[in-house]
Amino acid sequence: MPKSKTVYKRSEGLSLMDNSYCPGCTHGIIHKLVAESLVELELLERTIGISSVGCSALNYDFFSCDMQQAPHGRAPAVATGIKRVRPNSIIFTYQGDGDLASIGIAEAIHAAHRSENITIVFVNNAIYGMTGGQMSPTTLLGQKTTTSPDGRTKAHGLPLRIAEMMATIPGATYIERVSVHNPQHVAKAKKALKKAFSIQNDNKGFTLIEFISTCPVNWGMTPKDAVDWAVDSMIPYYPLGVFKDATEGEEK
Amino acid sequence: MAKVLMKGNEAMALAAIKAGCDAFYGYPITPQNELPEYLSKHMALNGRVFVQSESEVAAINMVYGAAGAGARALTSSSSPGIALKQEGISYMAGAELPGVIINVMRGGPGLGGIQPSQGDYKQITRGGGNGDYYLYSLAPESLQEAVDLIKESFDIADYFRNPVMIAVDGLIGQMMEPVTFDNETPKWELEPKTWAADGNRSNREKNIINSLYLDPLMLEKHNLKLKAKYDVMRDKHQRYEMINVKDAEIVIVAYGSMARIARTSIEILAEKGIKCGMIRPITIFPFPDKAFRKLQDSVKNILVVEMSTGQMLEDVKIANECERPIHFYGRVGGIVPEAEEVVSQVLKIIGGEDNA
Repeated sequence: MPKSKTVYKRSEGLSLMDNSYCPGCTHGIIHKLVAESLVELELLERTIGISSVGCSALNYDFFSCDMQQAPHGRAPAVATGIKRVRPNSIIFTYQGDGDLASIGIAEAIHAAHRSENITIVFVNNAIYGMTGGQMSPTTLLGQKTTTSPDGRTKAHGLPLRIAEMMATIPGATYIERVSVHNPQHVAKAKKALKKAFSIQNDNKGFTLIEFISTCPVNWGMTPKDAVDWAVDSMIPYYPLGVFKDATEGEEK
Repeated sequence: MAKVLMKGNEAMALAAIKAGCDAFYGYPITPQNELPEYLSKHMALNGRVFVQSESEVAAINMVYGAAGAGARALTSSSSPGIALKQEGISYMAGAELPGVIINVMRGGPGLGGIQPSQGDYKQITRGGGNGDYYLYSLAPESLQEAVDLIKESFDIADYFRNPVMIAVDGLIGQMMEPVTFDNETPKWELEPKTWAADGNRSNREKNIINSLYLDPLMLEKHNLKLKAKYDVMRDKHQRYEMINVKDAEIVIVAYGSMARIARTSIEILAEKGIKCGMIRPITIFPFPDKAFRKLQDSVKNILVVEMSTGQMLEDVKIANECERPIHFYGRVGGIVPEAEEVVSQVLKIIGGEDNA
């Protein structure tokens, strides 16, 4: 009889609880990458994750490390409070574009400004998912949402490029934008996360990885169309790549 | 250690260090600035954490984070800044986290002024943020009492797993007095913080710090658990001082700086042969309603004196249970009433001029 061999299993960084995300949403992939990165770097036991407000608010149940749920936008401040008293811990915040780019932009900027030794996992799906599909600061021009029913116009403000903006902050150490729309990019995204957590583990300062993500339900698309839209519409406006790498002490 | 002459804000800061405060997070605002300024130097000297945050909102969320990780955390501010902190304070109460908040009150509403006020009474004693919760709130009348209560406040916060508010006004923050840091404070039985999400999972399952309960039945259960805690505070932990109340014909109710001024009023009235006493709430939540049940029949009138337009007045009316006529005198805008003004009010009431 042929022997069986386990080639894939749930990461130990994830709990056994089912997640609450809609079918086709890429939050699940990003959770898996965060969990696998922490496990592979052997950091999970001393990690504290910060849930924010939005679709990922409940992810204190989905990761298997210590978790603290933060008020809307305040995750980087909560992370700062923890990291300063528990400097040997590994801290990540998990925030969407409503949470980070809108209500929590001050906390994100100033955590970078102070070069807090934390990692922000920023999930950009260009919409407020949890509250039912309202316009966010990263909603694209022309994109229809429940609060921009005729599509975003200039009058609503041009979409904010967070990775580019955060890269201008002197205290930031590593800023990269990644996507998870195909296996190749999933692998790249994991590499970026592992780099960010390693930088934090080496006490080298603030890291932020922005993920281009999808919201099939609120975009009004099938999961397949949503992935295509992310590639065809989002990535041209939000290009992938490393926007800042000051790991050697100076910007590259 | 002998008494040392210190400014109120600095004495309160040193008291927090003596209490084992691990971390301070704060944002500048008058009239409390000497407190973070003092800590910016002395926390580092003591190997502790000091962070000047980008806003009051961020500061309280840093306290929320540090408290969630099991640390003793402090923030301080003044009235408009405390309003900004209400979001984080509500989360702390909801997630059952300890922490100490020092409020050096100034005049309001809005930007108001920077002179002493007691206009935050409701903001302090009604929870302040969203949802059903309260803060154990201590209102010292002197620097020495502030020092002693702050030393104890971290224990109280840990004991109840609930934030403690130290309610003082700009007068206490800004004045200088001799204080000692050696007074014994009451001891509280504290449990190890096995609930903390501190990233040290060598011997336990994961810990979660959270205030979200989407299931109404679960949230109701949580709300009732919190209520039980506040009921214990009301039943067992009211603090107050009854001054000169034996055979008094009138009793003043005042807290903080106002109570201290009223002490002088009572002396002036005694010289005039008038027996005036005082109930001085030390906790403003829980409000010391038990003190009112101890008043003798000799007390014919109650005078509430505040540096507000009458906020504590409402709690006095509830505690009084319509037993006695209640009168009110207050100054606002940063004006601190003088002892003689209070004396005049008492004389008016006794002379029948001021009808409740």
